[in-house]
Amino acid sequence: MVAFVGHCISMDRVAKLAAQKAVVVFSVSSCCMCHAVQRLFCELGVSPAVHQLDEDPRGREMERALEKLVGRRAPAPVVFVGGELVGSTDRIMALHLGGKLKPLLRQAGALWL
Amino acid sequence: MPSFASSAGVQNNSTEGNTTNPSRESCFGLLKHSIAVHNDLEATTKQSGQPLASVGVTASASKVESLRSHQQKGQQPHLLFLSSQFENWGDSTMADASPRTDTSTDLDIDEKNQMLEQGQLAVAGASDSSDRSKDKRLDQKTLRRLAQNREAARKSRLRKKAYVQQLESSRLKLTQLEQELQRARQQGIFISGSADQSHAVGGNGALAFDVEYARWLEEHNRQVNELRAAVNAHASENDLRSIVDGVLSHYEEIFRLKGIAAKADVFHILSGMWKTPAERCFLWLGGFRSSELLKLLANQLEPLTEQQLMGICNLQHSSQQAEDALSQGMEALQQSLAETLAGSLGPSGSSGNVANYMGQMAMAMGKLGTLENFLRQADNLRQQTLQQMHRILTTRQSARALLAIHDYLSRLRALSSLWLARPRE
Repeated sequence: MVAFVGHCISMDRVAKLAAQKAVVVFSVSSCCMCHAVQRLFCELGVSPAVHQLDEDPRGREMERALEKLVGRRAPAPVVFVGGELVGSTDRIMALHLGGKLKPLLRQAGALWL
Repeated sequence: MPSFASSAGVQNNSTEGNTTNPSRESCFGLLKHSIAVHNDLEATTKQSGQPLASVGVTASASKVESLRSHQQKGQQPHLLFLSSQFENWGDSTMADASPRTDTSTDLDIDEKNQMLEQGQLAVAGASDSSDRSKDKRLDQKTLRRLAQNREAARKSRLRKKAYVQQLESSRLKLTQLEQELQRARQQGIFISGSADQSHAVGGNGALAFDVEYARWLEEHNRQVNELRAAVNAHASENDLRSIVDGVLSHYEEIFRLKGIAAKADVFHILSGMWKTPAERCFLWLGGFRSSELLKLLANQLEPLTEQQLMGICNLQHSSQQAEDALSQGMEALQQSLAETLAGSLGPSGSSGNVANYMGQMAMAMGKLGTLENFLRQADNLRQQTLQQMHRILTTRQSARALLAIHDYLSRLRALSSLWLARPRE
């Protein structure tokens, strides 16, 4: 019961953080794939808000909440655009190759070009 | 290289040909004479019986030595000597010099060819017969040119022979390898039948994958040939589409196989050892670079509509950006790994450092684990590129695109074969 409540609280926290900026990435500081995704956004001219789960006191619970969201262990990087969950690396890559990432970013106000 | 001192004894010419008078002979006559001299590797006594000066000879291609001889009539023939085949002197078939010093002023063509074939050219020039010197110089030039041509032709023939031999032995080797592969394949099937799947893959992941890849490539080539036939026969839209879909889903199969193999042995996949050398040269994160293939296609696919052209360009641009992002991620991984390993360096001995070492190693192990993830993302990119390309293009254009990609990669593979079979000096 306590774990469940804790989980809900973490989920809320995730949602709250995700809504704070147009593009939000939940990352782990030592994770190189997270670095790759951040580089991609940089390349596109977007500066996302990056939350390092391993540097957050509630990071562990947030990670578990994110695991539930993306359906995978070690979920990072998890990307939110416009407060909405987009997904992890493969989702971002697929969207970009499909030409759908930029419109999504523009829609959220993260890109003006 | 030995120099040739004049000797008292002369092999062949002393008893013969004293009737030849260089001043009266044509250049060719002198040529015969001087070649005879040098073939015997000894100084020759001229008609006057005086020994010729020593000749220093090296095996370098265009070393020129002059041989001075004293003529009764005061002539000073200079024997210019060019030798690129010094080693062949020992094999000279001209040791028997009897025909060479006859009084004929025309050089026998066979002899001349023979001499030239052995890579020797001795050109005699008389310094005093200025009225014929021009002719002699021309003859010298022609002779030299002819000799060089023959030499080049000979070398070319030898190279060709060596190359063909290499090809033959490579072909033999190829047949042997194919047989081995067949055997291994059969054994591989047997192994995966008797043990559980994970064990078989883990035990010999690299070998098993190589076998599977060879099989995949064979099937891929077959499908592409079918596609090519259909395109050339102007097959119907539906027929073409089903073949194209087949090729694309077959591509998905190799990505799936790579994923399984990467779990067993990620380094083998990343190394590209399962590909040919030339392909490996262009390897990016365990496979081909999508953006490069798209660049290649842009020219092959005309005519494209405005929209299609834009689509392909955007796809190429996006895949390039994605590739760059992954590359940077890999660099960060390398950096991080290096730092981790360097961090465990330090003065040895203290127990604290041992614990430190173990900790660092554990961390490094964790980092290595992410390699599989990078490979998967790279394969994902490749797969997405193919699918998006198919979406943008018409069926016929997709067919031509797949053919172009296949032909390009085949050329790389053929280049590898040629390279491996090349004749080496």
